Amino acid sequence: MIKTITILGGHGRDGQREPVEQIELKMGDVASIVGPTGSGKTTLINDIELFANANTPTGRRILINGQVAPAEYRDNPARNPIALITQHTTFLADLPVNEFLTTHARIRTTDHSQVDALVGKALSFANQLTGEPILVHSRMTELSGGQTRALLIADATIICNTPIVLLDEVENAGIHRTRALELLRQYQKIFIFVTHDPRIALLSDYRIVIGGGSMTQVLHTDEHERACSVRVSRLDDLLSGLRDRIRIGGRLTAEMMEEFS
Amino acid sequence: MKLVICAGPATTGKTSVLRHMIRKLIDAGDRVVFLKIDVQYAEEDEQFAREFGIPTKKVYSGELCPDHCNVMVLGDALQWANRTGSTALVVETAGLCLRCSPYVDTGLGMIVLEATSGMNLPLKVGPMLSLADVAVVTKIDRVSQAEREVFRARIQDVAPSVRIREVNALHGIGIDPLVDMVRSSPDAAGRMLLRGNPPVGTCTICVGKKEVGWQSHFGVVRPLENQVFYRGE
Ligand SMILES: Nc1nc2c(ncn2[C@@H]2O[C@H](COP(=O)(O)OP(=O)(O)OP(=O)(O)O)[C@@H](O)[C@H]2O)c(=O)[nH]1
Ligand SMILES: Nc1ncnc2c1ncn2[C@@H]1O[C@H](COP(=O)(O)OP(=O)(O)OP(=O)(O)O)[C@@H](O)[C@H]1O
Ligand SMILES: [Mg+2]
Ligand SMILES: [Mg+2]
Ligand SMILES: [Zn+2]
Repeated sequence: MIKTITILGGHGRDGQREPVEQIELKMGDVASIVGPTGSGKTTLINDIELFANANTPTGRRILINGQVAPAEYRDNPARNPIALITQHTTFLADLPVNEFLTTHARIRTTDHSQVDALVGKALSFANQLTGEPILVHSRMTELSGGQTRALLIADATIICNTPIVLLDEVENAGIHRTRALELLRQYQKIFIFVTHDPRIALLSDYRIVIGGGSMTQVLHTDEHERACSVRVSRLDDLLSGLRDRIRIGGRLTAEMMEEFS
Repeated sequence: MKLVICAGPATTGKTSVLRHMIRKLIDAGDRVVFLKIDVQYAEEDEQFAREFGIPTKKVYSGELCPDHCNVMVLGDALQWANRTGSTALVVETAGLCLRCSPYVDTGLGMIVLEATSGMNLPLKVGPMLSLADVAVVTKIDRVSQAEREVFRARIQDVAPSVRIREVNALHGIGIDPLVDMVRSSPDAAGRMLLRGNPPVGTCTICVGKKEVGWQSHFGVVRPLENQVFYRGE
């Protein structure tokens, strides 16, 4: 049973110790990682996914339930408690979608009688996030950036179904972000979102701020911010509405702007 | 003497993996020598001599299969390694043959595959994979976690007993377990034998007959519509 993940700070790009020395994430926590482009956000979640033990360029260490992660987490995907949805928006895997998902389900689960059911569920999950549905017989390499993202999220949630989920910039690639968050938060897990999106950052219990390759601060979402969060979400929904209109070939009108004031 | 034989298709990251491995071996007190076997061009020997100040050599297999060339020269190489007072001989060989494999019964046999290569690569490399002790998968930084795991499954499907280690050979992530495997591998000394049975592959084209069409040849022949053959292991 996974109860906690601990991140023990290493050093930033300048070689200095990270200002934040230790962060402990508990089951059920939703955390964000924020910071400018190139600051090292992806590097931090990669460290977590690799169960870094002072053997990555940052010198960080990751503990699971206070202990160094057992080697089998990395050697046997069925035992790996982490699913990572990377920033990639293209696949290099030259397999048809169903064969890819089936193979992944086979290596991620111990109960092989469930494989077909999992693949079916993952596909319908993914298709709730995309505009145009993903066809099971298309090749992975033919999927669009958004479809790729949607499929990776579905794969992580349904097929991996791990206690820890790491998402790198879920807001990118134009998928239904709010729907994705709703679907994801039905599950009791540790979620870590790398994000540039204020809505996602404010939905989190706390955010880890990155700069120059270092964890510089941990900010807990306070009452003021929770109050802001309601308005941020409303603005965001309004913007999404405009985005959807434009997507389907509609026009915007001056009245629509009234709602923003 | 520890012996590492590292094979793998072109540009999969063999040199990058070995660079990190050699550094770690040297840091832990090993005296390493390096041999590169390639068909007609290689410069890893010069790179490693410069970077680590260790004895290095290269040999071009030329008209020979590189894996056969390895069998030919490995005895000499081990003597050379002994003469230089080294404790580990690391061999990088171009895995071009796909019918043979270069591993011997002692030491560590290591194939390097890249996660970016397409999902059928494990099915194509034959005994170079199935006779290895460990398959090292590089370039995991370039693919999603899901693709990495499906690639692992594809290797397991064709080579269930081969251990798999995923690495980022740019940053040297995941190399430590490989170094441990070198440490715990059996010492190479005295008489060494090639692992598995090589395929019977000598045909009349090998000895210089240039006529096109199987009717002009004898011994091992192959018409278009015959896919029955002895694969070796
Ligand atoms: N992104 C990434 N690039 C890698 C990795 N490993 C190797 N490379 C790159 O892949 C290219 C080939 O790497 P080498 O180590 O020279 O490959 P090799 O197998 O020794 O190649 P040959 O000996 O020429 O057949 C280089 O540009 C490396 O920097 C990795 O893990 N990640
Ligand atoms: N602590 C560190 N020490 C050394 N290098 C680092 C460190 N942290 C990050 N880097 C390097 O900085 C570069 C950019 O980092 P990264 O890709 O994680 O940025 P990012 O915040 O995810 O950017 P983006 O918002 O564009 O996705 C990478 O090459 C990474 O290896
Ligand atoms: Mg990033
Ligand atoms: Mg090389
Ligand atoms: Zn050969």
